[in-house]
Amino acid sequence: MMATLSDPMVPSPFRIQRVLKETYDTYTLELDPANGADGFSFAPGQFNMVYVSGVGEVPISISGDPDKPRTLVHTVRSVGTVTQKLCAGGRGRVLGVRGPFGTSWPVEQAVGSDVVVVCGGIGLAPLRPAIYHVMANREKYGRVALLYGARTPEDLLYKLELPRWRGQFDLQVEVTVDAATGGWRGNVGVVTTLIPPARFDAENTVAMVCGPEVMMRFTLLELEKRGVPSENTFVSMERNMKCAVGFCGHCQFGPTFICKDGPVFRYDQIQPFFVTREI
Amino acid sequence: MAAESLERILGEHPFFEGLKKAYLQLFVDCASNVRFNAGEMIFREGEDADKFYLIRQGKVALETYAPQRTVIIQTLGEGEVLGWSWLVPPYRWRFGARATELTRAIALDGKCLRGNSEEDHDLGYELMKRAAQIMERRLQAARLQLLDVYGSGPAKR
Repeated sequence: MMATLSDPMVPSPFRIQRVLKETYDTYTLELDPANGADGFSFAPGQFNMVYVSGVGEVPISISGDPDKPRTLVHTVRSVGTVTQKLCAGGRGRVLGVRGPFGTSWPVEQAVGSDVVVVCGGIGLAPLRPAIYHVMANREKYGRVALLYGARTPEDLLYKLELPRWRGQFDLQVEVTVDAATGGWRGNVGVVTTLIPPARFDAENTVAMVCGPEVMMRFTLLELEKRGVPSENTFVSMERNMKCAVGFCGHCQFGPTFICKDGPVFRYDQIQPFFVTREI
Repeated sequence: MAAESLERILGEHPFFEGLKKAYLQLFVDCASNVRFNAGEMIFREGEDADKFYLIRQGKVALETYAPQRTVIIQTLGEGEVLGWSWLVPPYRWRFGARATELTRAIALDGKCLRGNSEEDHDLGYELMKRAAQIMERRLQAARLQLLDVYGSGPAKR
């Protein structure tokens, strides 16, 4: 029996089985159902509302492998009261989980096309399930490029997986950081500088973009310059999500609610709102 | 490398796109093929800047020095143009450049081109137009680095 969403407002109990420290402030939590369920099915790009008893609830993207639903994986940056408690919680702690919620990355639509994944900072976490899916079905896609930017080499997520992905002959992985010292052998510069030389056929490419909004804005400009159609470009948006089912209106973004119409949007459908400061 | 081959390489490079053939020949006459091993300095901060490079293969790190550490400002790769200090007085490199892997490039004699540009302002204009585009791209990239685009919060909390 998989954990299911019988009542979207009622959390299911999940127990922390493993905590991996990714960076000085970011942790990956592996959770197992604490109610006897077999696992947790989700689509790449979806998120959960994770509840820390007595503290509060936050939306967190699912960062695990959709083909391995036995373990629910979240990568969490410790930035607020709830996420600090989440990251401080050790093995065995029980959390409440509501979800999965929201739209997903267009991994089916991208079949037959080239795929470019552009992410910055912790934006790699919501894209990792899509990368797992594409790699598990590699023969269905054309060229695949992962372009990842972070502040420094110390801020990179998934440091063991990145070299493994890069070692595959059918996946272009380019990593860049904003600042580095002499020991760094990789790229230095913002993630947008990786787009012009990346290997993909722009007109036949599906782009998936995730990161802080300012990073996405400049990335979208660069993808447009390269010739990727805006209807083939997808972004994951963030707003203050509370109910996650479109009732409360906290996450309204133009005429949409991020929690139920997003978080993954086709760029041409939200383009006018994306560049509106007041939204 | 044969002159025909240099002419072809320069002619196909975006930096020279749309340039009159006579001018392209001037660049070919000022060009030579160079190679740097991984870790080798291409130029050092403060040295006279009298060349620029079209990177054909490899990667170059622009560096400066802080006490007890080297700071990498930017990296440049295949197809990119390295160096513009040769165009701007006092013609000294503002940063050092080190090949981080085996790098092959075309070196162009900037001092010679400066002289040619003084004599032929049309050539100088063509050169400055192209250099300005590169400077603009680097300026935008530097601005984005200053913006700290990854620092404004996670995609989800």
